[in-house]
Amino acid sequence: MTRSRLVTALLVLAVVALVALPLVLDGGASDFSGTDAAAAELAEAQGAQPWFASVFSPSSSEVESGLFALQAGLGGGVLGYVLGRLRGRRLAERAAADRARGDGGT
Amino acid sequence: MHIAEGFLPVPHAVGWTLAAAPFVVHGARRVVVEVRERPEATLLLGAAGAFTFVLSAVKLPSFTGSSSHPTGTGAGAVLFRPPVMALLGTIVLLFQALLLAHGGLTTLGANAFAFAVVGPWAGYGAYRLTRALGGGLLPGVFAAMAVADLATYVTTAGQLALALPDAETGVPGALVKFLSVFALTQVPLAVGEGLLGVLLFRALTTNARPELERLGLLRPEPAR
Repeated sequence: MTRSRLVTALLVLAVVALVALPLVLDGGASDFSGTDAAAAELAEAQGAQPWFASVFSPSSSEVESGLFALQAGLGGGVLGYVLGRLRGRRLAERAAADRARGDGGT
Repeated sequence: MHIAEGFLPVPHAVGWTLAAAPFVVHGARRVVVEVRERPEATLLLGAAGAFTFVLSAVKLPSFTGSSSHPTGTGAGAVLFRPPVMALLGTIVLLFQALLLAHGGLTTLGANAFAFAVVGPWAGYGAYRLTRALGGGLLPGVFAAMAVADLATYVTTAGQLALALPDAETGVPGALVKFLSVFALTQVPLAVGEGLLGVLLFRALTTNARPELERLGLLRPEPAR
C-alpha cells in the first residue's frame, strides 16, 4: 500500500514538474501564448479569410477565463463524484465482507 | 487543435462536417447501447467524458514557450472504444464553440474529426498495439493518451495545410509550418497527459475492478 502511494505521489510530482519546469527554465523570455492563437495568426498570414464570426464571444479575458474554469470545474466535479462513489462502494463492500467473516467465526 | 471560427473555406468546412458526421451519429448510438446494456458502466462513461472536459479546458505551458491543452480522449477510447468518444468529444467542442469562442461552428466538423475521431482511434490503436506486444494496462493507457493527444494536433496541422497551401511550397510546405506551431509544444503535454491517464487508471483498477473486468481491460482475478 505504501509503495502504491509513493508511486502515486511521484506521478503527481512528475506532472507538476512537466508544467512548472517550462515556466521556471524560461525565466520570463516567452509569453506562453496559445498554439491555437498562433495557428490562427499563421493561417491569416497564409491568406485565410475568416468568413464567419463566433455567435458568442466572451467580452473580456476575465469572462473567458471564468468560462474555462467553469468547464474544468464541471469536469473535475463529475470526475471526483464518480471516483468518490467507486471508492465508497469498495470500502463498503470490504466492510460488509469483514462483518460477514466475523459473524461466521463466532 | 481548435481551428478558429470561419477560418476554413466553405468546401473544407462542409467536407469535414460530412466526414465527421457519420462517426458522431454512430458514436451517439453506441453511447445509447452502452448505457442500455451495461447500466453499471454509466458511471465510468461519465468519468471518461469528465476527463476530456477537464483536460481540454486547461492550457498548459510547454518547453517551447507557448501553451497548449491536452485532449484527454484516450481514456474513454480505451474504456469504451473510440466511437463513444466521437460523441463525447464533439459535445466538448460544441461547448467551447458556443460559450468560449474557442473553435467554432463552421470548423466543428474539422475539429471533431481531429479531436473526437482521429485522436481516439489513434490512441486506441496504440493501446491495442501495446497490449499485443505484452504491455500491461497502464503502459497501454499511457500510450493511448499520449498518441491520441499528438495525433489530434497533427491532424489539425494537416487540415490547415490542406485548406491554406503555401504560395510557393504548396501543401507540404504549409504542413511543415503548421506542424512547427503545434508539434514540439505538444510533446511534453502528451507525456503529462499519459501520466494523468495512468493516475486515473490506477484509481480505477483499485476501485472499479469489476467494471474494468467486464469491459475486458483486466483479466478476472483468480478466485480467492
